[in-house]
Amino acid sequence: MTTVINVEGLRKRYARRHVAARCGVYGAAVLAALVCALPFLWSVVSAFKQNQDLYNPESNPFFYNKPATPDHVTFLFTDTPFLTFVVNTLIVGAVVVAVTLVLALPAAYSLARLDRPWGTPMGIAIFLVYLVPPSLLFLSLTRVVVWLHLEDTLWSMIVVYPTITVPVSVWLLIGFLKAVPKDIEEQAMVDGHSRLGAFLRAVLPLVFPGIVAVVVFSFTLTASEFVYALAFVSASPEMVVSTGVPTQLIRGDVFFWQSLQASTVITAVPIAFLFNLFLDRFVTGFTMGAVKT
Amino acid sequence: MTAGSGRPKAGLADRDGFLAWVMLLPSVVYIIALVGVPFLLAIAFAFSDVTTGDPSFDFVGFGNFAEVFDDGVFWRSLRNTLFFTLVSMVLIVVFGKILANILVADFHGKWFVRFLVLLPWTTPVALSTVSWLWFLDSIFSPVDWVLRNLGLIDANVVWLGRPGTAMASVIAVQVWRLTPLAAVIVMAGLVAIPRDINEAARIDGAGFWRRMFEVTIPLTLPVIAVAGLFGAIMTFTDMTVPYVLTRGGPTHATDVLASWAYFRGIEGGDVGQGAAIALFLFPLLFAGAIAILRAVRRLEAR
Repeated sequence: MTTVINVEGLRKRYARRHVAARCGVYGAAVLAALVCALPFLWSVVSAFKQNQDLYNPESNPFFYNKPATPDHVTFLFTDTPFLTFVVNTLIVGAVVVAVTLVLALPAAYSLARLDRPWGTPMGIAIFLVYLVPPSLLFLSLTRVVVWLHLEDTLWSMIVVYPTITVPVSVWLLIGFLKAVPKDIEEQAMVDGHSRLGAFLRAVLPLVFPGIVAVVVFSFTLTASEFVYALAFVSASPEMVVSTGVPTQLIRGDVFFWQSLQASTVITAVPIAFLFNLFLDRFVTGFTMGAVKT
Repeated sequence: MTAGSGRPKAGLADRDGFLAWVMLLPSVVYIIALVGVPFLLAIAFAFSDVTTGDPSFDFVGFGNFAEVFDDGVFWRSLRNTLFFTLVSMVLIVVFGKILANILVADFHGKWFVRFLVLLPWTTPVALSTVSWLWFLDSIFSPVDWVLRNLGLIDANVVWLGRPGTAMASVIAVQVWRLTPLAAVIVMAGLVAIPRDINEAARIDGAGFWRRMFEVTIPLTLPVIAVAGLFGAIMTFTDMTVPYVLTRGGPTHATDVLASWAYFRGIEGGDVGQGAAIALFLFPLLFAGAIAILRAVRRLEAR
């Protein structure tokens, strides 16, 4: 057995194996994307279908058997409160994100940097709060909302949603803050800033990427929340997308299917797009997370 | 480290101990007010006769629990919850791991694939579940259309109308929507594996599958555990998918603890009973949280 032949053979084998591996990767990626996105792709097709096409069990559900029509998408914007839901979602989201940052940034700094003996237990406690689900609290929070006379208003959601976003944001921000070298603050303090001034002027600009990640993540959580929104608000003009679409666009047995599909896609695409932009940051923040001593 | 020790002016804004409290206090007060108090309130409600019509508080001892236990639907929803959670968790971990491996590979168009893969997770659950409602429609389901045209079935399956297939559908939607989250968590672990370990194994002649099962999986086990527990907790406490997809039906076949608590407590108006049902979520939830913390600890000890 000569080495020369062996090397040649091995090279061929590896080349073949390489090609096979590439095909495997692409095949798997396409398959994964299809499985995840299929209902959405199909929603896009259905949204522009005519009624006779959609409501015919024999017609091919994946293609247009009759010419496509934008009527149902127009209907969504002109004859349903969908735009109101979108505006409400944006208002709630913006205010909740602002409240979240105001509460979470100082809290995260306190836990990440101002080494206190209670730092670690407090970090763990905040993590546990993150895992408390709406389904455990919605009954009593509904009573609280009624006592505060906030039922059927956007304020009910604005007041309660930070219970979901603050813990997870603190957790993410601790990760980002720990990645900032301590010298930065020390230098700022030598330059005459107070501890607080160093945090505001030197550290905050450096964790800006983390802040953006938290904004995107909190907004996504707010927009997806369903249980509280369903329990607190039953008046259509004050509903958000996540509850308004499934409860108001379905009237008894009458489903405005094309409009429903359109509203799902219109909501889904921008959020996934934003999230994808910041996915890497979110992944790093997630792993660097709190509970560390 | 004491800040500003070398300088004469050490005001309040420089005292770490003071600052640490002041910066943390707003969050702590807020969380105590709107998580701590409601939690105690939920326990109190479980022992009361509060209804949405008559919110006055009267102590009734274990009355709600007795009524809840006498109701067959409670036991059914408890069994459903455990089954739903267990099966979903296993599938979420397996698919999440596979998806993570795909997403860390290098290929063209990765950005677009990632965008499509994120859709199920980032879309508000209620909306994507509505899409599924139509996907599994009793008459117009494209799934049935494909099966009919392949000659596999003669009449429609009516996915959401039969107990077995309804449960399978609820699980499928739940797995579909949480797999991307599990994948993102596992990805974080995969990225953290030092490259040389895989290289060394490759040089030693280990093939793809051997590297996968003898190097990658053991090294990322804690992250996989975290992903699985997140999936479990989010499934265990979730009511959105059953609520929108089947409303707990047919005849409570897909009712879970959370949805049953909602139906009793909000739609049925019996806050006391709803709270008693929801309280059963707590012990298992707590165990899951402790398990996550342990896995995270092990992750950081490495």
